Amino acid sequence: MRGLWNLTWLEIKIFVREPLGLMGNIIMPVLVFVGLGRMMGGRVDSSARLRGYLDADVPVLVVMLIALNAVLSLVTIIAIYREGGILKRLRATPLRPHTILTAHVLVKLIFSAVTLLLTAVAGRRFYPVAIDAPWLGVTAALLISTISILSIGFLVASLVPTARFAQPVGTALFYPMLAVSGLFVPIATLPSALQVVSHFVPLTYAVSLLRGIWIGDAWSAHVGDVAALVVVFGVCTALSSRVFRWE
Amino acid sequence: MSGPASLAIQVSGLRKRYGSTVAVDGVSFDVRDGEIFGLIGPNGAGKTTTMECVEGVRTPDEGRVSVLGLDPVRDAYALQLRVGVQLQEAQLQKRITVREAVALWASLYRASTDPRALLEQLGLADKRDAWFMTLSGGQKQRLFIALALINDPELVFLDELTTGLDPQARRAIWDLVRGIRARGKTVFLTTHLMEEAERLCDRVAIIDHGRIVDVDSPASLVRRHCPERTVLVSTADPLAQAQLQEMAGVIVTADDAGVVAIRGTHDDLMTGVIQCVADHRIRVTDFRTIVPTLEDVFLKLTGHSVRE
Repeated sequence: MRGLWNLTWLEIKIFVREPLGLMGNIIMPVLVFVGLGRMMGGRVDSSARLRGYLDADVPVLVVMLIALNAVLSLVTIIAIYREGGILKRLRATPLRPHTILTAHVLVKLIFSAVTLLLTAVAGRRFYPVAIDAPWLGVTAALLISTISILSIGFLVASLVPTARFAQPVGTALFYPMLAVSGLFVPIATLPSALQVVSHFVPLTYAVSLLRGIWIGDAWSAHVGDVAALVVVFGVCTALSSRVFRWE
Repeated sequence: MSGPASLAIQVSGLRKRYGSTVAVDGVSFDVRDGEIFGLIGPNGAGKTTTMECVEGVRTPDEGRVSVLGLDPVRDAYALQLRVGVQLQEAQLQKRITVREAVALWASLYRASTDPRALLEQLGLADKRDAWFMTLSGGQKQRLFIALALINDPELVFLDELTTGLDPQARRAIWDLVRGIRARGKTVFLTTHLMEEAERLCDRVAIIDHGRIVDVDSPASLVRRHCPERTVLVSTADPLAQAQLQEMAGVIVTADDAGVVAIRGTHDDLMTGVIQCVADHRIRVTDFRTIVPTLEDVFLKLTGHSVRE
């Protein structure tokens, strides 16, 4: 355990030293949140639909972006560490393999949490509508979603051949998922082929769970979403533990 | 304890395939306590694969490996605590500082040497706060040596330690490795540099195409496989060639420039030539000897140069 905290703390420090690390991962989502809110905020009283967007869709979008950011950054960093022989070097120590990988997941979760906190604080001051979400439930829903999506990230990180492919492959995989997840367009209004696709996209369940909990649904209404995310986590973790390459 | 107890590493019948390529093909050797043992051969001969099977980083297909009495795969974590490892072409996080790397490593082991003294000794004291990416090749290698020594290990693995370093940095690292042995540790290293093996190793195993060709001390290997020595004598004396020819068991040739070459396999070839030159009062303007090296042994045993 000692190794885990030491490694996690070290990786946090190293991440902060990246030239674009903090900017891309923490500042950007906050700016997107405040910016989108401001753009729509002027007409908020004239349109109930807009009001609906602001109440739940924009925050959920921002939360999803934060989660995806974490996943893409995890995929990239694992690929870079593998290519540079860093993973192999760390493995030739008393550190257990899962400790090394857990440290990276923790770093991403911690940065996501910080980003969320900043977003919430900025939202109180600048967001046009007051957000009244059940925070505890949202946090739990977010944790389930993020860990499930991170497990997909690990599978991608296990399969990408080189660090150069990591970012583009990750982006090409996750952003289209977001497009059919029901966040931008209700799934019922998608062409029927895409509707089918969306049922196989893990992000759909994450979005459904997050938005539902956000607007105050009971957890019992989202058992299916949670189950889907748990299955995704189980399958991806099992697969990546088989195909993960350390070098 | 006696016998096997004095062996740090025992390898027998080690085999490792990658797809249809056989990287290591039935390798057996022992490493004794307290020696510097070198696995030498060209790139792709199977050195690193062999070493990584011994370290426990890789799982062999066949064969038995015992390191400090432990099985490197089954007892991986018990073993990691007692050995130090430097991997070929390894990197660290670009923006980790020397101090942080050493502190992390020190925190992972129960036994730890004083990190400050270690960095001092390796000439990295003034680089403590430098990021890994800003270090020179030699400094990176010295940091990897520091990490390999941080747990005061009984056995140190060094894989192609000086590849890519300039001669000066290389010599400094050789001194460090001798220092490890002087503290009673065992060193198992690989190198494709025959000079390095010759200067550093107590014993070497020559490996080619995944098989061990021979194991012995560098001097014994040379004596056994390339006993022939050559003395080159430059002289204007027209009788010199005939006079040197009188020596027993030598082949003498001369070229147009007045250089007489005396070849023989006797240990006392040089004494004989000096004696003969003195007896016949031959005026010599230059006197050189050509002694075979591990490089020649390698060529003789494998039929190709180590660089090919």
